Amino acid sequence: MRRHLCERSIEASLFLAALASVAITLGIVGVLAYESWGFFQHVPLSEFLTDSQWTPLFSEAHYGILPLVSGTLVTTVVALLVAVPLGTVTAIYVSEYASLSIRETVKPILELLSAVPTVVFGYFALLFVTPLLQRIWPDLPGFNMLSAGLVIGVMIIPYVSSVSEDAMRAVPMLIREGSYAMGASRFQTALRVVVPSALSGIAAAYVLAISRAIGETMVVAIAAGMQPTLTLNPLEPAATLTAYIVQVSLGDLPHGSLGYQTIFAAGLVLLIITLIFNIAGHFLRKRFHHAF
Amino acid sequence: MPSNPLRERSGIGTGQKQLDRLFALLGLLAMLVSVGALLVLLTGLLMEGGPRLSWAFFTSYPSRFAEQAGILPAWVGTILVMAVTAVTAVPLGIAAAVYLEEYAPKHWLTDLIEINMANLAGVPSIVYGLMALGLFVYQLRLGQSILTAGLTLALLILPIVVMATREAIRAVPKSLREAAFALGATKWQTVQHHVLPSATGGILTGLILALSRAIGESAPLMTIGALSFIAFLPHAPWQPDFPFLSFEWLLDPFTVMPIQMFNWVSRPQEAFHVNAAGAGLVLMVMTLGMNGLAIYLRARYRKRIQW
Repeated sequence: MRRHLCERSIEASLFLAALASVAITLGIVGVLAYESWGFFQHVPLSEFLTDSQWTPLFSEAHYGILPLVSGTLVTTVVALLVAVPLGTVTAIYVSEYASLSIRETVKPILELLSAVPTVVFGYFALLFVTPLLQRIWPDLPGFNMLSAGLVIGVMIIPYVSSVSEDAMRAVPMLIREGSYAMGASRFQTALRVVVPSALSGIAAAYVLAISRAIGETMVVAIAAGMQPTLTLNPLEPAATLTAYIVQVSLGDLPHGSLGYQTIFAAGLVLLIITLIFNIAGHFLRKRFHHAF
Repeated sequence: MPSNPLRERSGIGTGQKQLDRLFALLGLLAMLVSVGALLVLLTGLLMEGGPRLSWAFFTSYPSRFAEQAGILPAWVGTILVMAVTAVTAVPLGIAAAVYLEEYAPKHWLTDLIEINMANLAGVPSIVYGLMALGLFVYQLRLGQSILTAGLTLALLILPIVVMATREAIRAVPKSLREAAFALGATKWQTVQHHVLPSATGGILTGLILALSRAIGESAPLMTIGALSFIAFLPHAPWQPDFPFLSFEWLLDPFTVMPIQMFNWVSRPQEAFHVNAAGAGLVLMVMTLGMNGLAIYLRARYRKRIQW
């Protein structure tokens, strides 16, 4: 009897630990919703979504989220233009071409690349990549979205390549052998048989990488400048949702003020955008697992 | 030379073969971009910041004068914050993973926990910082302290710890559990004496990776107001009289390595950029060292344990 009681109490405490993750989610949603609620008491939603200026700390305050969203959009698109082709080709190479020894060396290196602290990537974007780009475009400003985007792109290559490689390796060998038996080359097999079979898994990799790029903070805070500007030109400096939050955090805004609440409104928008991508990625992955 | 009839009939023409080779080359190049990026990062930091590393750099406080500035509060802060993070995230994460793998019945609540865990892993780190600012700093009044920072990072890496632990537990074969049950062991006895010890290697690897991720994180700590200019150390975690341990440091303000580096990068003066490179180099050695250790451990355990 005592033994049974002991077992039950252990199970109960383990269950509570598992429930902690739900508590974290409730905490995140609760805090963001509560502070944003205070924000939207002062700023109408229509202004928030349509105003083309974001100057909450100026005397003539504007609360349009679009400049921050455009900054996030531009850096993310630049990052994807780097990470998707490089990551996919790397994944195909490692999964379909590379010998065992190459695979066993490359995978840990990619892992190490994804472990580099983001602030280090920010340092490089500002002090290495931007000066390099300025040789091509001499009037490129010291802070710009292009170098931040490029560096984020390199940073998320491991996410793209590892998830899509897993997807490709999960494609059964039989299917490949069928293709080889029909006389297809490795390239044809990879492109017309393996990639289409692994498509939803590869798509999941892209979607997760997008969400990663949108949420990236330090690189843009360091290298892209912190001036909210409504522009789609990557050669200009601009602030992203994340960079704005950092900028405000660096200052000293009183708790409860409207300026303090703006970072939670920006955070809520960020959370909603990434959540959409994460859920999409989740379902794509699930679909892929069902396929095999 | 007679042409090979097999090859001709097989349909791999010279064009296709060239395409095949071309793609192999392309793949190799794409792969080299990542490898090259890592090399550039390392050599760049080494060349810029390497000469800056000295005993004084590790034992000095930050300063207005770049040449006298050091990273003492930063590395001490990193170690203390990591201690709080590890103490919180490790037991919580392993317990949650054990529940989900060994106990959880299949119903809506456990499904919810699963989906939730997957989504938490994708939440941007800065959002955790906002949550910590609202909840820990202002609601629970923990202040902008080491405790707040450690808890924030613990929550951030919890999904990683849980996922890694689950994977390690899943790799333990069913027969081991069945054997324990057959000898009359209870569920918890089985988990405690057989499943967890067998999964130790995998769990350890996951924990090291998760902590190395936490060491490099700076965004969530900036939102809770980590100071970048700290010219003092937190209270010592020990004291001369009984009970010899002191927990005053938990509520001290702090800075950590990545935030110190950020502070130096964002200054315009060249000399501070050199300091930033020095701090970055130390940070890289920490995280890459931990990752290397994890990779090594994983390879070792994989070799040793054959089910």
